[in-house]
Amino acid sequence: MLEARNLTKEFDSGSHRLTVLRDVTFQIPQGSLMAIVGPSGSGKTTLLGLLAGLDTPTRGQVLLDGADLTAMSEDQRARLRGEKVGFVFQSFQLIPTLTAIENVQVPLELRGETRAAPRARELLERVGLGDRLDHFPSQLSGGEQQRVAIARAFVNQPRILFADEPTGNLDGATGARIVALLEQLNRESGSTIVMVTHDISLAERTQRIVRLADGVVVEDRETRAGALREGPANGWEAESQEDVATREVP
Amino acid sequence: MTDGPSHAPFRALLSLAWRESRSTRRRLLLYMSSIALGVAALVAIDSYAGNINRSVREQSRSLVGGDVALSSRQAWSPQADSLLDSLVGTGVTLARQTTFGSMALVQRPDGGGGTRLSQVRAVTPGFPLYGRVGTEPAGRWSDLHSQRIAIVDPSLLLSLDAQVGDTLALGYGKFVIAATITTVPGDPGFASAFGPRVYIGSEWVPETQLLTFGSRAEYDAFIRLQEGANPDQWIEPLRPRFEAVRVRARTVSQRENNLTESIDQLANFLGVVGIIALLLGGVGVASGVNAWIARKIEIVAVLRCLGGTSRQVTLIYATQAAIMGLVGAAVGAAIGVGIQFALPGVVRDYLPLEVEMRVEPWAIGSGLLLGVWIALAFALRPLVALRRVSPLQAIRRTVDPTAGRRTGTDWMLVAVNAFIAATVVGISATRSESLQDVAGFSAGIAAVLVLLWGSAVSLSRLARAAVSARWPYVVRQGVANLYRPANQTRAVVLSLGFGAFLVTTLYLVQSNLLNELRITEMSSRGNLVFFDVQQDQRAGVDSIVRSGQGIEVVETTPIVTMRIFAINGKPIPQAPPRRDTTVARASGNQNQQPSGWALRREYRSTYRDSLGPGERVVAGKWFGETPAPAGAPAHEVSIEVSIAEDLGVSLGDAITWDVQGVKVDTRITSLREVNWARFEPNFFAVFPPSALAEAPHTLVVLASAPEGTEPMRVQRDIVRVYPNVASIDLSVIRRTIGEISRRATLAIRFLTVFSLAMGIPVLFSAVSATRRDRIREGVLLKTLGATRRQIGRILLSEYTLLGLLGAATGMVLAMGGAWAIMKWVFERPFEPALAEAGSIALAMLVLAVAIGLLSGRDVFKETAMTALREV
Repeated sequence: MLEARNLTKEFDSGSHRLTVLRDVTFQIPQGSLMAIVGPSGSGKTTLLGLLAGLDTPTRGQVLLDGADLTAMSEDQRARLRGEKVGFVFQSFQLIPTLTAIENVQVPLELRGETRAAPRARELLERVGLGDRLDHFPSQLSGGEQQRVAIARAFVNQPRILFADEPTGNLDGATGARIVALLEQLNRESGSTIVMVTHDISLAERTQRIVRLADGVVVEDRETRAGALREGPANGWEAESQEDVATREVP
Repeated sequence: MTDGPSHAPFRALLSLAWRESRSTRRRLLLYMSSIALGVAALVAIDSYAGNINRSVREQSRSLVGGDVALSSRQAWSPQADSLLDSLVGTGVTLARQTTFGSMALVQRPDGGGGTRLSQVRAVTPGFPLYGRVGTEPAGRWSDLHSQRIAIVDPSLLLSLDAQVGDTLALGYGKFVIAATITTVPGDPGFASAFGPRVYIGSEWVPETQLLTFGSRAEYDAFIRLQEGANPDQWIEPLRPRFEAVRVRARTVSQRENNLTESIDQLANFLGVVGIIALLLGGVGVASGVNAWIARKIEIVAVLRCLGGTSRQVTLIYATQAAIMGLVGAAVGAAIGVGIQFALPGVVRDYLPLEVEMRVEPWAIGSGLLLGVWIALAFALRPLVALRRVSPLQAIRRTVDPTAGRRTGTDWMLVAVNAFIAATVVGISATRSESLQDVAGFSAGIAAVLVLLWGSAVSLSRLARAAVSARWPYVVRQGVANLYRPANQTRAVVLSLGFGAFLVTTLYLVQSNLLNELRITEMSSRGNLVFFDVQQDQRAGVDSIVRSGQGIEVVETTPIVTMRIFAINGKPIPQAPPRRDTTVARASGNQNQQPSGWALRREYRSTYRDSLGPGERVVAGKWFGETPAPAGAPAHEVSIEVSIAEDLGVSLGDAITWDVQGVKVDTRITSLREVNWARFEPNFFAVFPPSALAEAPHTLVVLASAPEGTEPMRVQRDIVRVYPNVASIDLSVIRRTIGEISRRATLAIRFLTVFSLAMGIPVLFSAVSATRRDRIREGVLLKTLGATRRQIGRILLSEYTLLGLLGAATGMVLAMGGAWAIMKWVFERPFEPALAEAGSIALAMLVLAVAIGLLSGRDVFKETAMTALREV
């Protein structure tokens, strides 16, 4: 449902041209859970921005359900994001002056939905925050804030959800719970989830890993978890090494 | 996929805007409050002017003294009397008032008392026709015509050391002081400062023997028409008859128009101060909203990620700005109404009427509207930058977050800039009478802003070029902050410079105007003058004056009263203006018409064979050096240069004077410039002795007297022997003018402090923009080992440079602005007053440094741990 074709991104830096991404091509089928990994400076955040339509490539195309994001204006991409895309950020990015339920309502309100509150309440209950509806972000822990952010990301039933280092600001145990929540919602809603992370153990919980280095894809493989066609409802089930498939890098 | 409209209705955005503003409302309100003081000034000025105009309309009849007021500078001629008497027969009511100066003398048996030049007003029964004169004790006005009493200004009792019940001598007449005046319709209380008023019945005037040859008096007659009659229609057919006997007529509506016009002009002038305050406030709003938006960048980016379009996002924050602008303007309007109700106490003495205070809704409404308009116009500029915030900012922080889309011309920004320019032009048009004024004002403001902007850019460039590795680190860092990306140089220099410009210009203009009031003491030869001395009293007056210890007679000047009969052979008013006169050419007006007042007024001239100490010849030659051309009048005359311009005459022109019935032909052989500020007799027309020595005249005796009681004793002795002789002591004048200067100085100081007070929120807004960056840098420096003192020095060097440039530029621009205003608006010379302007600039510099250090206080509070928590 999301296709990247020969994506290249270059910047002017002083007197010379910097290439951050070079000829990146892959496809992401609907419903998948994948990770983009790589060291700092590999271009993964840039790639995320291009795939989500937050930025435009120097060359190449991004197609979301057949719609060419690179041919759209900024506002057209914004409307598309409101309809089809969800976001989870490393620093949660909740609006500090809105309560939990008000934060979750925002994407629906921007679309003109008049019955945003019941839907938002339902989602917050699903992420386990039914009793914290009227709390401000400053009154919530890091994990709770990220759960609110996840509820917000799913409120408009997105076709695809982008998560930028979703556990980056959380401790290990909390991070694991967040990932479990994302997996659960992925299974229940059928949304595609694309996660950017530098944590390889987190990436291994997804179905597929695309590894970047110096702006190019150096690895694109299915993980052990991805090899499982029907995932368990709780925790990990380890697979043997030989069940892991590795694809050739195009 | 949820179904629903593709974009949010305005109500939903409004709700989101209100909720999102929860914690920042107070800060945004502070920034928008930059306009509050400007709105307050406008609402106060307009409301009070409205109150005055309303009161003028309601009390106009008592202001004029009747439906029609007639006045003359000479005694009623038999023709004028008969005309007035004939009117009484037609059902109108008539009352008369004669006003003249006289020494009022009180002599008490215990040796107390004194003498003082006063305004005597002799009134006929029925005066005033409208309103009533209040007295203390009450009710004594009705006794004025049945008893030989005087009702006087309270200030006269003070100066004469007298009380109610004492005997007052006016000329040869004696009156019992029956009461003091509390109110007189149509008279401002302040009028008594120049000559306390003394009311007597007109029946007693002949006894005083004060209205003699050469005395100056004003003769007024007031008419009350029958109910429903229109004064303008009634007077129209009678005007030519009155003008023929040199009587001027004015009606209620003329007086109303004159007064309301004067009040409107004053309100417009003061309103310009309010407008400039509002514009300064706008600069503060722009800076403050810029600072406020800097805090919102990430939220805006998140909203863009969540599907918000640039229009939705801009609308959310514009709504917040509009609401806070309205609140700020409302606060300003409330302050303005408060000031309006406090004003009567300050200006009561200067107004000829009682002003009824009322809330003026239109003034409040227009002040509110202007305030919100300015706030929105200036807030829009930083707000439109929100459109360029990239959603990428949510996942990656960049240095200049609004640089997202910088391809080609940003037409929205161009439109907003044009809207701001139109706003400046538009609001100056609300206060100006002519297109020229609007253009001049707008161009002036634009020039100041452009020059300030240019100097800020120059400072940044100069800082970049000048910074040297040899400088101490703290200075280098402070200087570097002037040109680093997203620096605050422009915002601070603009706010500070514009504020300094405003305050200094106001101060310079008003101190220059106040200079006009000062008498140049050193250049006057005398400080005591006696006038209306008759020829046969000369020796006696001279003797009494010289009897005073240390008193010397400086000069005795003859005064001859006359009128202009003809110019260049043509009797006035048929005399045409000369088109090729030197004066007309010099003034640039080839079609100048002679002033009616100058042609028809009474002249008090003198004759002598030398120039006076306060005058110099600016054209032609003094007497005796210009031979008469064939056929030209033999007698010469020297004319003062401005009256020559008013008359439309120049060198070589012939003037025929009517000197108490005798025609004297003269030719103009010189034009003089006169220093009118000297305390000496000065004249429009001076003749050689040969022209007027035989003419009937009175005398003015100028004397110099030491400080002390001798001047008062001599004045009292003269009044006792020669009651018609009036005298003025310069020290009394100085005290009166000193009082005026003191009140005006208070007003200037208030305006200066007011303007400085306005500058504070504006400046605070300007430096707030980069506060977060400053904190971030500061804690990082702390992590790297910088002490609080070092950080303080960095801030100090940066703000000192900013303050210096802003204040200095503002001061230089103010010199130009004040010079232009003095030259083109007031047509007066300009004195730079460098010391005072420098002090204001210094105050602004100190303010800038103080606010800069204050805004950086969070840097001192935050610990280095904060740096570790930052992403």
